[in-house]
Amino acid sequence: MTETGRPDAPNLADAAAHIRSAYVHIPFCARWCPYCDFAVVEGRDDSTDRYVRAVVSEIESEPAWGELGAIFFGGGTPSRLAPPLLGSIVEAVAERFGVADTAEVTLEANPEDWTEDLASGLVAQGFTRVSFGAQSFDPVVLTALGRAHTPDHIVRAVEAARSAGFSSVSLDLIYGTPGESMDSWARTVEKALGLEPDHLSAYALTVEPATPLGMQVRRGGAAPDPDLQADMWERAVAAAESACLVRYEVSNFAKPAHACLYNLGVWAQGEYLGFGLGAHGFRDGVRRRNVKRLDTYVERIESGLGAVQGTEVIGGWAAEIERLMLGLRRAAGVTSGAGGEALMASDSGKRLVDAGVVGLSGDRLVVTRPLLTDEVVRAVLALGEYP
Amino acid sequence: MPGDEDGRIAPASGTVQSGTSTLTTPGVFVTDQSRIRNFSIIAHIDHGKSTLADRLLERTGAITEREMREQVLDTMDIERERGITIKANNVRLEYTARDGASYVLNLIDTPGHVDFSYEVSRSLAACEGALLLADAAQGVQAQTLANAYLAVEAGLEVIPALNKVDLPAADPERVAEELVGILGGDPDEVLRLSAKTGLGVDDLFEKIIREVPAPVGSVEAPLRALVFDSYFDAYRGVVCYIRVVDGRISAGERLRFMASGEEYNANEVGFLTPRAVSVATLGPGEVGYLITGAKEIDRIKVGDTITSVAYQATAPLPGYSEPKSMVFSGLYPTDGDDFERLREALDKLRLNDASLHYEPESSRALGFGFRTGFLGLLHMEIVRERLEREYDLDLVATAPSVAYRVVKPSGEAIEIHSPQDLPNPGEVATVEEPYMRVMIISPSEYIGAIMDLVTNARGDMVNMTYLSPERVELVYHVPLAEVVFGFFDSLKSRTRGYASMDYEISGYRASDLVKVDILLNSVPVDAFSAVVHRDKAYEYGKKLVDKLRELIPRQLFDVPIQAAIGSRIIARETVRARRKDVLAKCYGGDISRKRKLLEKQKEGKKRMKMVGSVEVPPEAFVAALKVDD
Repeated sequence: MTETGRPDAPNLADAAAHIRSAYVHIPFCARWCPYCDFAVVEGRDDSTDRYVRAVVSEIESEPAWGELGAIFFGGGTPSRLAPPLLGSIVEAVAERFGVADTAEVTLEANPEDWTEDLASGLVAQGFTRVSFGAQSFDPVVLTALGRAHTPDHIVRAVEAARSAGFSSVSLDLIYGTPGESMDSWARTVEKALGLEPDHLSAYALTVEPATPLGMQVRRGGAAPDPDLQADMWERAVAAAESACLVRYEVSNFAKPAHACLYNLGVWAQGEYLGFGLGAHGFRDGVRRRNVKRLDTYVERIESGLGAVQGTEVIGGWAAEIERLMLGLRRAAGVTSGAGGEALMASDSGKRLVDAGVVGLSGDRLVVTRPLLTDEVVRAVLALGEYP
Repeated sequence: MPGDEDGRIAPASGTVQSGTSTLTTPGVFVTDQSRIRNFSIIAHIDHGKSTLADRLLERTGAITEREMREQVLDTMDIERERGITIKANNVRLEYTARDGASYVLNLIDTPGHVDFSYEVSRSLAACEGALLLADAAQGVQAQTLANAYLAVEAGLEVIPALNKVDLPAADPERVAEELVGILGGDPDEVLRLSAKTGLGVDDLFEKIIREVPAPVGSVEAPLRALVFDSYFDAYRGVVCYIRVVDGRISAGERLRFMASGEEYNANEVGFLTPRAVSVATLGPGEVGYLITGAKEIDRIKVGDTITSVAYQATAPLPGYSEPKSMVFSGLYPTDGDDFERLREALDKLRLNDASLHYEPESSRALGFGFRTGFLGLLHMEIVRERLEREYDLDLVATAPSVAYRVVKPSGEAIEIHSPQDLPNPGEVATVEEPYMRVMIISPSEYIGAIMDLVTNARGDMVNMTYLSPERVELVYHVPLAEVVFGFFDSLKSRTRGYASMDYEISGYRASDLVKVDILLNSVPVDAFSAVVHRDKAYEYGKKLVDKLRELIPRQLFDVPIQAAIGSRIIARETVRARRKDVLAKCYGGDISRKRKLLEKQKEGKKRMKMVGSVEVPPEAFVAALKVDD
């Protein structure tokens, strides 16, 4: 499927429900960033070949499905693996399910790993999109975040990706790191936009409990200031829009035809398969998650056991809550449906409308103050099951 | 089995188990009074009363080690968790003394907290003796002393004893001196115990047998039995704890409750070991339970005298005075639909707690609820906790208030239980507030700190007595409203926990009192109103507004919080609008986790009470209690 319109168009948002996609988790990292609570391993690069074989084997044992429209390699740091290794996974997916000619094949990459050779190697293996973990253009902030790259690495990485032929380049930024000022953030946004990315993700630094950052904050260390983060978000939105990047989700901006299909699919409750340790999949109304430890994952796959640690059937009210929880994050909003209608008929819904947080646009419920999206979802949840 | 898990009476027809008793043959004889000793234990919280009771039970084989769990006599979960005793309970112990004779010792448990002193007097009325137990390190505490005075006034033989003598910090000589200073006697005669190790327990039994007088009721006289407590059992109906004074009470007999005039059959009589053991007859001096089939606890008054319809006594035993509510608070269901459930829950709690009083009231802010009267703050906390835990209610409790007496210009006097009922200044001649006689025992080095605290609390000194060169008893008159608001906590912190306190009402006095109102988003919230002394109103308003700013979460818009006396604003703060409330990322791997996180947060949201358009957490309504934190 090809995307043509504005990234925030309702028809694009809704049609994404039909994209079949796959997520592949690559857990290897040179070092663990202090804010990250994903499934990652440090210093285990000796296991990459074995891990990739396990992932391929997991893909081969998945029941047949239709052709995929998007594949997303997340991490961890997918760019730590050599292109042929990543390519073998792409190939396994293609063989098992088929991959559309127009499919979006994304990998996350660290700017310091990126070289022209790597870039062209990845293009040759079928990758079309790269998302760089740029985080900031302020060396002080990069150090605070425990990142190994410099602003120069980001600049060179973007250039190399362009010249290798990646059709979509995205930058991830993090705002609200303790010590980061509004000025520093404004310069980061400006420099990022100066590289003319096709896509930008700007995330508020979130303190996850099971991370070194979480520990620091619990011990009284500096925590992000939500008010400053709100100011920073507003600044990013304004700057992105003047650079023709349309905000299509709380934290995501894209030029026309560059919204991330894989994520659009997730937000539209589309189906996806998850491969690799800690990966989640959602197929036939069942969400499943894989084991999170590297050795457990590999051993279970090798001994012919599945890697699934748990499954959850998403139906009824839970499905309706997720439809709203995910859909309301999008600028396009979501069809009102049972939950939305109940909300708008409730006192709490009316208060949210009065406060300008949510509104109806035709039959769609749209969050008009995106930074308060969770308040809207909680209000729906508080209505209770099947209002 | 006749006894259910928590030692209360189970719906089985209990029979005496073989080997239970060497003294009582059911249905034929009653226990020889010369072999009965009825006693209770008076002790401060944490001075080891429950542990000692456990040891006594163990020592007499009333309970095997396997059955032993801590604090057998404390049956309510809250009692065990807080380590306190709320309802009086009793247990019959059988002990073979060193002289070879067997004795029945009835231990009647008493609550240790000042809020429940009226329950103490109930328990004491069923005894001839009391053990005054003091921690050998901490010494006598004010509540212990107050209860010891109650026991002496009731004519009981009081046996002083020191507990925890095995602890390194113990100073038995000093504390023994203190005890004899209060009760008289020889310091060397004061028992030294360790409830933990069991040290001295046999000496204690011997001393009880030697010194506590045996009951001297008449076997031939008409039945007179005192109801010293009752509780409601879902299966058996009302269960009375009784002390037979004269005559006998037998199962099957027709009984008359002399004060209420109600008549019931004695369906079952028996005693607790602590298991319920039913017997045919209880004789004079004995302590046990009675089940009549009565279903409403209000029909049976604690303090009433039971006699036999066939052979009636002419005069009842002395009763007790009804407990008076000292502290009032509005209890409101967070969800207005739960009002009826709250009423039912209060009705049920009252079955076991005659001191609980409530009447419906309504608040503009909180809807329909009940103005509820309590014996004190601990009582209030316990009732609230039981309502929430045992009846699964989400409640908002307003800041506690005392009963004010308002004299109108016409001379008419009314009593108000809620600040919102205080009439406008024009309709008030004077406002009187209840004063307490507060007794404090403390190491003498803290006298200055205590004086300072009492002055702050608008109190006057009445009396000061040195118990020993290091310890002093101070008596003050302090307004109850000040006692209620954190006085005890301040006393504890200013004396590093060494002072103890007891209080009793001493009368009403006129004070210069004003009503401080709180406005949320410019709308007065009646539930936050408080009656405060004029000199303290400004400081109170400022602190409360400050506290509320911390407690009220940020909303979708700015929320001004103001304190006012009449139309005059005396303090103001603003809760700034919340600007960011969204997860930064939500992708395929996060969805279930994030949904569950939001569901959890929603529970917090459901607790919130909507006051106008502002969400207020229940804790905010008692913020006034914590203005000094």
